[in-house]
Amino acid sequence: MRKKIIDKSHFSTIVNRLTCELLEEHDFVSSSVLIGLQPRGVFLAELIRNNILKKTGKKELLFAVIDHTFYRDDLSKRDDVLIPKDTLFSTELQIDDKRVVLVDDVLYTGRSVRSAIEALFANGRPSKIELLTLIDRRFNRELPINANYYGVKVDAFSNEKVSLMWNQNYTQADVFIER
Amino acid sequence: MSALSQKHLLGIKYLKNADVESIFNTTTEFKKVLQRKIKKVPSLRGETISNIFFENSTRTKLSFELAQKRLSADIINFSHTNSSVKKGESLLDTVTNILAMKVEMIVWRHWQVGSANFIAQHTKTTVINAGDGTNEHPTQALLDAYSLHEKFGSLKGLNVLILGDILHSRVAMSNIYCLKMLGANIKLCCPKTLLPKHITELGVSYEEDLNKALLWADAVNVLRIQLERQNQAYFPSREEYIQHWSLTNQKLNRSKKNMVILHPGPINRGLEIQSTVADAENSLILNQVENGVAVRMAIMYLLSKQA
Repeated sequence: MRKKIIDKSHFSTIVNRLTCELLEEHDFVSSSVLIGLQPRGVFLAELIRNNILKKTGKKELLFAVIDHTFYRDDLSKRDDVLIPKDTLFSTELQIDDKRVVLVDDVLYTGRSVRSAIEALFANGRPSKIELLTLIDRRFNRELPINANYYGVKVDAFSNEKVSLMWNQNYTQADVFIER
Repeated sequence: MSALSQKHLLGIKYLKNADVESIFNTTTEFKKVLQRKIKKVPSLRGETISNIFFENSTRTKLSFELAQKRLSADIINFSHTNSSVKKGESLLDTVTNILAMKVEMIVWRHWQVGSANFIAQHTKTTVINAGDGTNEHPTQALLDAYSLHEKFGSLKGLNVLILGDILHSRVAMSNIYCLKMLGANIKLCCPKTLLPKHITELGVSYEEDLNKALLWADAVNVLRIQLERQNQAYFPSREEYIQHWSLTNQKLNRSKKNMVILHPGPINRGLEIQSTVADAENSLILNQVENGVAVRMAIMYLLSKQA
């Protein structure tokens, strides 16, 4: 059973709002860094980056992609091996004393975010880490982690799956809940 | 799903193309980890790895040990020189006793060909071959191939010359299997006495004249003259070997090609390679050492679920 909970135009409105909320707080040029979380947070992070560039007329902003595979807490419990996706973290990018905004598509148990924070600390010591997520599955958290910026809060059972279906060039998505 | 088709890494000949691809992709990610401030990941926390070395080693042992530490694994080291092997304990007894201490993975080096396979067959642990006699040294071949892959993007159609003591070299065997699998062309160059019989049946060519071979090569992997494995004279004199087969600036200049130079180490400077060639700008020798840690991290990470 699959139900659409957000369509493409609603999605664009939400992403637009999230971009504006970020711009109220961050410059992404000198004091803040936008970081997409592999694998699926990267599309959203890139979309927000493009929105910021369009809105501000800037040519570049502090942006990186991080993969948390090596830092997961379930590696020793799994039967399979996870191969990390490409990490894009320029060695010149200093996150020391910067405000970092981590971007992921769905905040579920909070475990990915925890391992992403550990991965971030291997690169430096940010002054603050914030979290932006499109979907906040608020009743499924296993760790004390919450989003600073969120698109919508979704109530879903743990046997249900919330997923984004992106269009071809990753500019819009439909969001589904399925059991 | 498992990341590699094999439970062990006993030799390149057992690997598939997709395995090498997984190893290279994971190596690239670990190289990024090694450039960070904190070069350690918690991926193998709680796993114990034993390095069992029946032969001397500097680079391979240090490289494995550092890779294990970077992965947060616990390590126990075994060296035959100060062990109960001297009291007459058998190979299998030594290993099963180490395994009884709850070891999940073994890194194995021994002078006996096939010994890594033997241990893999008789124990339940994952075995990584770090060199068994003159048979294979798969992690060295993978790091050599990765260094070339990094430099050239692809190994397809690349002309790689393997120069030196092919007969006593496990690195040569593993390199041949690995580079062939990745589509490189391979030529061997050495005195005929150091060429294994029937080796050209593996799809490699042979050229005795180094000057001719250098005209063909894009990369030269220079192998050490393994004096400790040579129980007879394979060439008349050191001077004669140097004159014909030592990689010197003079011979390289004659070929007028700017090829890259590899050497698995340890180097006999002045014998198989001139000192200035080893230290030249187009030498990948230190890249090989650097990549060695990342390649071994990738292999141990990918094999960690196979036990």
